[in-house]
Amino acid sequence: MVFTALVGLLLTILPLPPWLALLRPAFLVLTVLYWSIAAPRAGGLALGFASGLTLDVFRGAVLGQHALALSTITYVAVREHQKIRSKPAFQQMLIVLGALIVYEFILFAIDGWSGHPMTSPLRWVHAATGALVWPLATALLERTHSRR
Amino acid sequence: MPGFAAGAYRPSPGRGTSPGFRFTLYAILAVVLMFVDQRRGWLAEVRYLLSGAAYPLQLAVSSPTEAWRWLEATFATRASLEAENARLEREERTLAMRSQRFEALARENGELRGLREALPDVADHWMVAEVVEVELDSSRRRVLIDRGARNGVFKNQVVMDSHGLLGQTMHVGPWSAEVILITDPEHAVPVEIERTGVRTIAVGTGENQALALPYLPANADVKPGDLLLTSGLGGVFPQGYPVARITDVRRDAVQPSALVRARPLAELDRMHEVMLVWFKGDHPAAPTPASAASSVRKDLPSGDPAYQPQPVPVRPKPAPADAKAPPHPKSNELEAKAAPRPKAVPGAKAAPGAKATLGEKAAPGPKAASTVAAPASPAEGNQ
Repeated sequence: MVFTALVGLLLTILPLPPWLALLRPAFLVLTVLYWSIAAPRAGGLALGFASGLTLDVFRGAVLGQHALALSTITYVAVREHQKIRSKPAFQQMLIVLGALIVYEFILFAIDGWSGHPMTSPLRWVHAATGALVWPLATALLERTHSRR
Repeated sequence: MPGFAAGAYRPSPGRGTSPGFRFTLYAILAVVLMFVDQRRGWLAEVRYLLSGAAYPLQLAVSSPTEAWRWLEATFATRASLEAENARLEREERTLAMRSQRFEALARENGELRGLREALPDVADHWMVAEVVEVELDSSRRRVLIDRGARNGVFKNQVVMDSHGLLGQTMHVGPWSAEVILITDPEHAVPVEIERTGVRTIAVGTGENQALALPYLPANADVKPGDLLLTSGLGGVFPQGYPVARITDVRRDAVQPSALVRARPLAELDRMHEVMLVWFKGDHPAAPTPASAASSVRKDLPSGDPAYQPQPVPVRPKPAPADAKAPPHPKSNELEAKAAPRPKAVPGAKAAPGAKATLGEKAAPGPKAASTVAAPASPAEGNQ
């Protein structure tokens, strides 16, 4: 689990050409969401908070910004994990899209509050791409523990 | 990792408390962190340590790019090396030609200001840093460089390349520092238009090659091609470094301000190496004497002082009290700067039009560099 989170982080900070970087899904967020749904007892909120804080450090954001956003959606995912798990793939994608939008909105609100407003609509793009790669990400992440 | 996955289904120790309660705890913790970091700034140390811990991972991510660059450099063909060598030689000759008159002009400039000799360059020394190829935040314009507090880097240090201003350091870690570029939408540089001396602020747009000047009135004297220099206000950047060139001026009859765009001179889109600059704390043109002087370290590897990225026009010291006509600072700066530019190599003639707008105070407004000595002599004689 920690290993997959690390891979997610590496994918998040990997340098990409600008147009591709805009489309880049928030891999670490997706990983945390997956673990919150698939194994809510294992990582859960602690994983969400720790990953968020890591993102804060790597992004140079206000400490606690990503931590709060990620804890929030992790909490919702952990609480509703049984419902989400039983949904078909398409509905899961919609749920993930909603979660990512909530996540980005919290970041957006804190950006504004802390005096670093970033109003470019492009910041929302990754929510859509994140939802699109969700089935693929779950398939890959399942393989990391189904071998046992 | 299977080991972790197996453990994934084990109940966690914190099982007893409800998730809602733990979420509240984490949320409060996050909010407190944000408040302390943002409003109080107490977490500077923590951030310093964390960014030190993050650096190895960032280096690891950057290493493929580095390796590719190394391979490219190693297997460069003889022909390409020769071509590069020829280009560098040409460049070197051009720079030497441009700087021939620089010494003389700098001395002349000092004399005009009532100083016995020209002030030394404001830049004390500089250090080359490499850009670590890591994505920080795709919506902002920031880069990570491979020098940090251990190399003497401090917060708000000026970062430039050989063409112009790049930005300033923002978060400094032990071995790395985050640089906010001048094109970042949150960044603003106080600038002045070289031709007219009009002062304004250049704001980043978030695009790679564009700055906006939102605070120029619609009737401001500005046109495409004008050079923007740092004005030295604001206490971060020293005066007189080139920043950008105006590319686009649009005036709308109903808008109170003109829509002005500029293109940064620094090569923001393909930078591998940047320069961190230390300024002389006691120099009149230095940005923040107190903080800059305290963090200057002399034992650092520095560039050759004979080579300056751009000549540094100095801010004038108050002229002697008995000098009847203090020469206007602006007009002198123009000449000091004009020297190394190609357009003004032979005689360092500054545009007379610029003089007219600048010489509000300067009674003996010098018309051109070659005639400067005569009107300035009374001031010098009184000294």
